[in-house]
Amino acid sequence: MISLTSPVETVFHRWPAGLKLALLCVAGTGLFMLASLAGQLVALALVAAFYTLPGMRFARAGLAALRPVALFAALIAAWHVATGTLAEGAVIVLRLLSAVALANLVTMTTRLADMLAVLHWLTAPLRRIGLNTRPPELAISLVIRFIPVLSEKGAALAESYRARSPRRRAGWRIAAPLAGLALDDADHVAEALRARGGLSEGARK
Amino acid sequence: MSKVSERDVVMIALFAALIAVLGLVPKLTLASGIPITAQTLGIMLCGTVLGAWRGAAAAALFCLLTLLGLPLLAGGRGGLGVLMTPWAGFFVGFPIAAFVTGLVMERMRALPVAAGAAAGSVFGGIVALYVFALAWYMLAKPAGLGEAVTVAALPFIPGDLIKAVLAALVTQALAKARPGALPSRG
Repeated sequence: MISLTSPVETVFHRWPAGLKLALLCVAGTGLFMLASLAGQLVALALVAAFYTLPGMRFARAGLAALRPVALFAALIAAWHVATGTLAEGAVIVLRLLSAVALANLVTMTTRLADMLAVLHWLTAPLRRIGLNTRPPELAISLVIRFIPVLSEKGAALAESYRARSPRRRAGWRIAAPLAGLALDDADHVAEALRARGGLSEGARK
Repeated sequence: MSKVSERDVVMIALFAALIAVLGLVPKLTLASGIPITAQTLGIMLCGTVLGAWRGAAAAALFCLLTLLGLPLLAGGRGGLGVLMTPWAGFFVGFPIAAFVTGLVMERMRALPVAAGAAAGSVFGGIVALYVFALAWYMLAKPAGLGEAVTVAALPFIPGDLIKAVLAALVTQALAKARPGALPSRG
């Protein structure tokens, strides 16, 4: 399964995931409280420096990840131009860019396995009070496994639709059969799970 | 709380995967120029098919995996950056939308499947989601109600109404193809 982790190894890849997430929380709060335009400009420059540090290839990937935000930034900018509150709008757009870029930086430099480890660590108190966290953890693995399975089935459904219809794209029409296939799969997988010890705590060992 | 069965866990996981796969369906563009994707259709289906709490769990699982760094949102977006725009309420609110959709579906057993699913999708996928997302927008940006409605809600409502109709049609087709297999009406 493709993830958003960057293949370009940066220094940030070696930082512990928990530390990066904690720093992101602190930085995000700081950006939200910072109301001065100059301060926001400095913050954005700093974030840009983090991206260029590991080289241009990484910086370009970072810029591409930021592209969907452009539409949001444009909408906000348009509102503030229309209402004549330019200074306020500039602070908000800059803050938006810095915050999304910083969060993307954490995502691009942290592998999924490390994120899952942090999650496991964060949920430790739940296990101490006797809650079984195995069902959600098992569910996470199942989703990761089943996204490619379901998208293959979806592609097959779309292809057979194209074979019998003059329309080129099946679009939403495959949603019903796809949901039906998911329900069928659920029955089979649940049976297989039960046969292998199911959700009981001991099954982890 | 009743015991969670293997079937519940697997169904929740598979519907979380379904939301992701529906995000890959090529998007249509409305006359207003706003792209609509089948992703929120997936959220509505979680509620109409799985019911309130299982639907909410599937949506929450989808959100969690997206935040952890899988590119599951339509257009291949994902990661923690999703949380940082003022529009994030539309993403964080997915479990609430699925829950309300499922609740309406479960409570309105007297209605035919399609009508129940349409009502659920409108209340959950539109009313509940928009109330939550607009409140989020007003706090996160920060903004007034007028601005939030103009910039964050109006452009998306036509697409979401279409999706509520589609969710009803898909749920009805599913109920016909597999009688008695809708856990929301179990």
